[in-house]
Amino acid sequence: MKITGAKMVTESLKEEGVDVVFGYPGGAIMNVYDEIYKQSFFQHILTRHEQAAIHAAEGYAKSTGRVGVAIVTSGPGFTNAVTGLADAYMDSVPLVVISGQVPTTIIGTDGFQEIDAVGISRPCTKHNYLVKDIKDLPRVIKEAFHIANTGRPGPVHIDIPKDVTAEVADFKYPKEVNLPTYKPTVNYNKRQLKKAMDAIAKSKKPLFYVGGGAILSNCAYEIRKLAEMTNIPVVETLMARGVMGENHDLLIGMLGMHGEFAANMAAHDTDCLISLGARFDDRVTGRLDEFAKKAKVVHIDIDPTSIAKLVHTNYPIVGDLKVTVEGMIESGKKMEFNDYRNWVSLLKDYKEKEPLRYNDSDSFIKPQWVIQKVGETLGSKAIITTDVGQHQMWTAQFYPFSFPRQWNTSGGLGTMGYGLPAAMGVARGNKDKVSINFTGDGSILMNIQELMTCVEFDLPVINIVLNNNYLGMVRQWQTLFYENRISQTDLSMQPDFKMLAEAFGGIGYRVTTKAEFEAALKDAIEKKKPAMIDVVVARDEIVLPMVPNGHALNEMTLIGDSNE
Amino acid sequence: MNNFNHYYDTQITRQVISVIVINEHNVLSRIVGLFSARGYNIDSLTVAPISGSEYSRMTIVTTGDKRIIDQIVKQLNKLIPVLKVNEHQNVIEKETVLIKFPIDQPISDIDVLARAYNGHIQNVTDDAIVISATDAPSRIANFTNIMSKFKPLEVVKSGVVAMER
Ligand SMILES: Cc1ncc(C[n+]2csc(CCOP(=O)(O)OP(=O)(O)O)c2C)c(N)n1
Repeated sequence: MKITGAKMVTESLKEEGVDVVFGYPGGAIMNVYDEIYKQSFFQHILTRHEQAAIHAAEGYAKSTGRVGVAIVTSGPGFTNAVTGLADAYMDSVPLVVISGQVPTTIIGTDGFQEIDAVGISRPCTKHNYLVKDIKDLPRVIKEAFHIANTGRPGPVHIDIPKDVTAEVADFKYPKEVNLPTYKPTVNYNKRQLKKAMDAIAKSKKPLFYVGGGAILSNCAYEIRKLAEMTNIPVVETLMARGVMGENHDLLIGMLGMHGEFAANMAAHDTDCLISLGARFDDRVTGRLDEFAKKAKVVHIDIDPTSIAKLVHTNYPIVGDLKVTVEGMIESGKKMEFNDYRNWVSLLKDYKEKEPLRYNDSDSFIKPQWVIQKVGETLGSKAIITTDVGQHQMWTAQFYPFSFPRQWNTSGGLGTMGYGLPAAMGVARGNKDKVSINFTGDGSILMNIQELMTCVEFDLPVINIVLNNNYLGMVRQWQTLFYENRISQTDLSMQPDFKMLAEAFGGIGYRVTTKAEFEAALKDAIEKKKPAMIDVVVARDEIVLPMVPNGHALNEMTLIGDSNE
Repeated sequence: MNNFNHYYDTQITRQVISVIVINEHNVLSRIVGLFSARGYNIDSLTVAPISGSEYSRMTIVTTGDKRIIDQIVKQLNKLIPVLKVNEHQNVIEKETVLIKFPIDQPISDIDVLARAYNGHIQNVTDDAIVISATDAPSRIANFTNIMSKFKPLEVVKSGVVAMER
């Protein structure tokens, strides 16, 4: 039987087992929306902005491990989605994003709502397609899901002209993909792994440096096991929060610009750095020529381009992290490792002497206190998203993450406006958890309209606005590095967030004391409705510790007596 | 020990790379876009379909230090429509140049020089003479340089094609 291209889209999504699609309609994609109306296999969540549809799909994908799907129209619909695509690309989030395009007969004529969508998405997607022939459509969708979710995951964009969605053809969804040019390396090289293991066993101060790849390849359990078996300490990047679990004995902490002293010292002192799915981001390494400079480097990554891109690697291993770590465990069983007790206890001493801390206050609320309070209250019952800024760093530092995929943030692109829509995707994908979004008074206004979506689709996201009346993170840099010239970061002028939440049909709170916050949080959790808690926090707090830009990891500004 | 990438920063080299790609929409822009987005050089690029297959071969000449060349090769390999990337070590390279001169230039001098570079006269009209030459890229560079004294009206180079010896 022949069906339309539009129906092929919905049928293919059904074949892929998609249960939710985030999107926004328009002229070029209307045939597909007509089919969406007729089907009942998946839910369509109408966001209020295309960027938010992509972030929602990201939040869904990152928290569930499934491919997120979003649909937008041509022209402005697509261009609105671009920030989301770039965000997903930087954080290796598996997405399939479908956009409408003007009919093939009009492509290239500057038609109404025409834009070279595949030209724009090329640098911010893992792969993209313009489907000019309906016969290619089922294959392309099959390939898109496969590419998005294998190897190093990432967003795949499919642009479909309107006439292709209107045409009819035979439909048969392929069972398998046949891509002779795409074969990600899953299995590591055995000899190379053996050499690396020998080097690790002989080293005196080895360190596991764990990145977001550990979450993407679902190998937190294996990494914990490997660390325990060898007694090698672990530091996590921002993206890897939750891999070890907050209370694990071998977790030294998060490293990087706002990482823990002990973790950064560990990276500075180690003689064998074992990178597990991390990519040596400049926010992690600090001054590159000083990073882990006493160490031999073992670098394991599914993406060969990540290896030796920035740092010389002594033992490069390309492979799926889970498969490789399993291999390390196997090979480690037959090996003798050095005794690392002294090394571990040295790092523990660092941790004790210079823990993550802040100077709490009774006269006003400290943002760190709020995060700790939510952590105490909800712990592993919540999945946490953030926006971008100081609140993001404080959340990474102070929330007790205990499992992978509990932490959901825009790490690579650092996209303000990510938090609320991502939390929406989290809420949709994890009905057994509480979806908390820590945000700033700046960030929240970037996608505030999604409160409406939360209300309409009953997605009980609790937004906690750490309201410092500033674009705090930028203000922090202005204070520290621009002699306090507060250029365009003062947000004293702001909406009434409580009323704003209520205007959208959610619940709003404004709190100025700790007691009020605790009451509001309790109330919001109980009511299970979209909520916004506007927390008036200490205005001038800065995120510490900090490695100033261009400095080495061991040159941290510590908390000392500042932040009083 | 210093792990920083200075390790690689030894010298800038010229590298001939051939890339076998599926003939599909957008594939050229993917390759070129990769170079431009990451700030790599393309000194020359030629593309043609490989007969009897669904693939094309691109020959790219680029320059960079070892780290950059490594990245270029890895990044190219990572593109979905790329089947194979060859970093050529020992190749025969050829390039063709077409040069047009006003007819009043000394034709026999031009002809003699062209022959010295495996070239010859291709066409003569009332106004102009066109010669072509095919040779190693460095010799072609040399040749175009010499021919500039005959006031060429137009110079068109093909870019490099290469084959492993
Ligand atoms: C879309 C976007 N624009 C600009 C920036 C630059 N930026 C990074 S942090 C920040 C301030 C964020 O302020 P706020 O959301 O209030 O959070 P705070 O730092 O105060 O916690 C800005 C402007 C960004 N990351 N994303």
